[in-house]
Amino acid sequence: MKKDLISITDYSKEEYLKIMKLASEFEENPNQDLLKGKVVASLFFEPSTRTRLSFETAINRLGGKVIGFADPGSSSASKGETLHDTIKMVSNYVDLIVMRHPLEGAARYAAEVSPVPVINAGDGANQHPTQTLLDMYSILKTQGTLDNINIFMVGDLKYGRTVHSLLMAMSEFENPIFNFVAPYELQMPNEYKIFLEEKGIKYFEHKEFNDIISEADIIYMTRVQKERFPDPIEYEKVKNVYILRNSMLEKTKANLKILHPLPRVNEIHSDVDSNKKAYYFTQALNGVFTREAIITHTMNLK
Amino acid sequence: MKENTKKKLKLKVSAIKDGTVIDHIPAKNLFKVISILGLDKIENQITFGTNLESGKLGAKAIIKVTDKFFKDNEINKIALIAPHANLNIIKDYKVVEKRIVEIPDVIKGIVKCFNPKCITNNETITTCFKVVLKEPLSLKCRYCEKITSGEQIKMY
Ligand SMILES: [Zn+2]
Repeated sequence: MKKDLISITDYSKEEYLKIMKLASEFEENPNQDLLKGKVVASLFFEPSTRTRLSFETAINRLGGKVIGFADPGSSSASKGETLHDTIKMVSNYVDLIVMRHPLEGAARYAAEVSPVPVINAGDGANQHPTQTLLDMYSILKTQGTLDNINIFMVGDLKYGRTVHSLLMAMSEFENPIFNFVAPYELQMPNEYKIFLEEKGIKYFEHKEFNDIISEADIIYMTRVQKERFPDPIEYEKVKNVYILRNSMLEKTKANLKILHPLPRVNEIHSDVDSNKKAYYFTQALNGVFTREAIITHTMNLK
Repeated sequence: MKENTKKKLKLKVSAIKDGTVIDHIPAKNLFKVISILGLDKIENQITFGTNLESGKLGAKAIIKVTDKFFKDNEINKIALIAPHANLNIIKDYKVVEKRIVEIPDVIKGIVKCFNPKCITNNETITTCFKVVLKEPLSLKCRYCEKITSGEQIKMY
């Protein structure tokens, strides 16, 4: 059976750990010719330069060749071809498909249509599992473990797909503690809170973002986007409440690291960048090693 | 045989020797039930009555299919549009078994995903939902992974 990666929950805990181990091997030695002679399709039905370059770098470091398109304007989809037909055609040419699509569920559907494995590089507001695995790798690298981690998730917890996936994945490990910091409009949805309760995992909700972070091992920041608010006045009220500043980090733990899926707008003040607790730029680099790990696992090369 | 038919007159449609009688279908969903069960594509003798009086449902409909015996996973497909339907399995003019329909664990087709950004609403794809809760009915889309429930549930 082919091993697609569409949702973070497609992987077991053992697979998470295998990806972590492979990622650290690739960090030691990023250039390995495991994909030699293989062709990978990189299909971006929605542009995302950051994710695409990370994947294509990973493929190149593995010695594979890339075909595909970087935006929908240069794809046959712009001529009205269905996703079904595009995937049927492309899957005849390649050994693996990496795809990003603005519609939710597009990657799951593509995986059903395609005889070669599919890796989801983002399907609308739904899933972006490779981001989650690189977040986990960043946590493991900086904390030395994925157990007993106190994570503060800050900002848009309602629509932020990265926080939902990270919550699901970290719940597989020992004794995590979740702290949710969000305005009322962007609270963590009930279904995730129920999920945690059923697993007996502790979580706390906060409206304020201040010295409560003194216990944090990880602060996971997200963008609060204006278009998420039905009422623009509500956005104006909260837009400056969930900003992390250097002064707030004084009494935090020594092992604390700050993560952000990037790009950021103003939610992390630039005065944090020079603090050694700021990890978001290294986090992005970890993406290449994690994606090399995911690709080799998906194609049974390791 | 004539007398037997008379006895069953209260059903307002003639009795069958062997087959299945599906009763208590909401009249407005009769043709949907026929289509979901594929009764419009089989050769068996089928009689149906509709707009019959029924205490609890308002107008009900009834379908009789000769020489047809449904599997659970076949018949349960109609649970969403005929939740109170019951089946009488007939052998030699006698009811030998009664069954009620049950909401299945997975629902293929029939229901639309409420999420306008779901791939199933933008391309010709048969929807597929996992039933996460039967009462009130909550369905998780296999594709966009969003929950469709309550008044959001719309049939094709
Ligand atoms: Zn859907």
